[in-house]
Amino acid sequence: MLRRTLPSSMRAVVGVKHAVDYTIKVQVKGGQVVKDVRHSMNPFDEIAMEAAVQLKEKGIVSEVVAVTIGNAKAVECVRVAMSLGADRSVHVVGDQTAIDNLETLQVAKIFAKLHEELQGDIYLMGKQAIDDDQCHTPQMLAGLLNIPQGTFAAGLTVADDKSSVTVQREVDDGHQTVNVSLPAVVSCDLRLNTPRFPNIRNIMKAKKMPVNTMKIEDLGIDLTPRTATLEISAPEARKGGGKVADVDELINKLKNEAKAI
Amino acid sequence: MLRATRAALGKVCVLAQVNAKGVTPATLSAVSAATQLDSNVTAVVSGKTAAEAMSKVAGVTKVIYSADASIEHDMAENWTEFVTGLQKSEDFSHILAPSSAFGSSVIPRLGAKLDSQPLTNISAVHGQDTFTRGTFAGNVVTKVQMKDAVKLMTVRGASFDKAAADSGSAEISEASAGEATAGSKWVSDETSSSDKPDLESASIVVSGGRGMKDPSNWHMVDSLAAKLGGAVGATRAVVDAEWVPSDLQVGQTGKVVAPDLYIACGISGAIQHVTGMKDSKTIVAINTDEDAPIMSIADYGLVADALTAVPELTGKL
Repeated sequence: MLRRTLPSSMRAVVGVKHAVDYTIKVQVKGGQVVKDVRHSMNPFDEIAMEAAVQLKEKGIVSEVVAVTIGNAKAVECVRVAMSLGADRSVHVVGDQTAIDNLETLQVAKIFAKLHEELQGDIYLMGKQAIDDDQCHTPQMLAGLLNIPQGTFAAGLTVADDKSSVTVQREVDDGHQTVNVSLPAVVSCDLRLNTPRFPNIRNIMKAKKMPVNTMKIEDLGIDLTPRTATLEISAPEARKGGGKVADVDELINKLKNEAKAI
Repeated sequence: MLRATRAALGKVCVLAQVNAKGVTPATLSAVSAATQLDSNVTAVVSGKTAAEAMSKVAGVTKVIYSADASIEHDMAENWTEFVTGLQKSEDFSHILAPSSAFGSSVIPRLGAKLDSQPLTNISAVHGQDTFTRGTFAGNVVTKVQMKDAVKLMTVRGASFDKAAADSGSAEISEASAGEATAGSKWVSDETSSSDKPDLESASIVVSGGRGMKDPSNWHMVDSLAAKLGGAVGATRAVVDAEWVPSDLQVGQTGKVVAPDLYIACGISGAIQHVTGMKDSKTIVAINTDEDAPIMSIADYGLVADALTAVPELTGKL
């Protein structure tokens, strides 16, 4: 894939999702998820934003573009991104039904379409969205663009000549280090950084910054769902609440009742 | 007239992981899930030794391996190339992988290449095209029907029994992994060296949370685990605070475990943690707060300070 930007001026594109806030204990009512609750930037996308802004502060990246795909309220998400340091933003907007039915492969295809214009040198996204828990978009975008991926990044170093990035990845039994040529997609994991809070001045500034709004139906992506949700329910509650008075009783119960030790 | 009693069976494949300890527990669970789709499962794996190990897994009737260096170290781009190539001749109807860093890195990229919408962490199989999975940290359970011709998914290990690892005898064949992706290089693997049991295969897990107050107290969790011959787990909070390595994290964005015994020390039981351990057979919670969420799912809740109760428990076992 040819790079349009000069190696000396890297552009970071950050995917940020306006997701149900992680503190909300989501409820199922009438066979539907109650979604009219507080939303905020997906926590792993906050980490991705922080990574991009740190690269900009180090002079490695010259421009950070934040992209969100969501309903009208999702513009909040890119406003936050801009208050954290994104230079500009894109809001791909759809009505609630379109957004509810959006599948991860379609999300990736939208990003791939935007890449035609954005020409990101590095795509930074959270490793998973904590609402759908699919953990797909970064890998899919890399696959669609036929570029390398560095998933579950706990460490990230851009080469001096900006031709590649070394990613230290979280894997099941420790870490793995890979070196991937740019452009690449990197998915960000918990330990990559500690996201900053925006300050009031930047929040106010971000309110006045323009947002490039695009309608999801204008992008020429087939949004026909490949999956159908047949049933939505709350999980079976595990019975618990058993109590023991002290360590001796615990040991007794574990040995003789549960036969666990 | 004979009516088909079930949908035509397809061809089911599992992308398998084998390490120094053998076939990974998550892979054994993925095979188990695969056998619910078809009693003949093809395993795809890296290396001849791994192929020999996979050939002995119950349910696996065919093993395809590549000896190419490009797919060593779970390199996702090259694995995707390998499987995309295989798909042309094998025409799998279902491609499953364990829900591990490997499976999660390969399956979605494969979805992009094969233009198929995958599902992550399936917890139940209902026929050839319908699967259960959880969302919102397991607070919502969804039954999803897939419409793509080739169906891709990762398997939630804790939801499926592990297939026996020593009762099969599959045919083994070799294939080329195809072109290595230029621009993607493996540099190194840093495995957390530990003589403690694997978190995902241990029958006993002792986990610690912020109730342990300080990293200097973590040895209490280690000692209890050692006494019981169990593995050590941790909450996201203590991993985030860098008390312990990240591969100990149990929960929505860490590992999902289902041991026979799970002892939660100083853990409040946030949804995000619970989703990673709620399938444990017996749950013990040690917490000063009798109303902590973990207490409502614990079989045995001990309202006590973990800093005194945990060493006491270790001493008396």
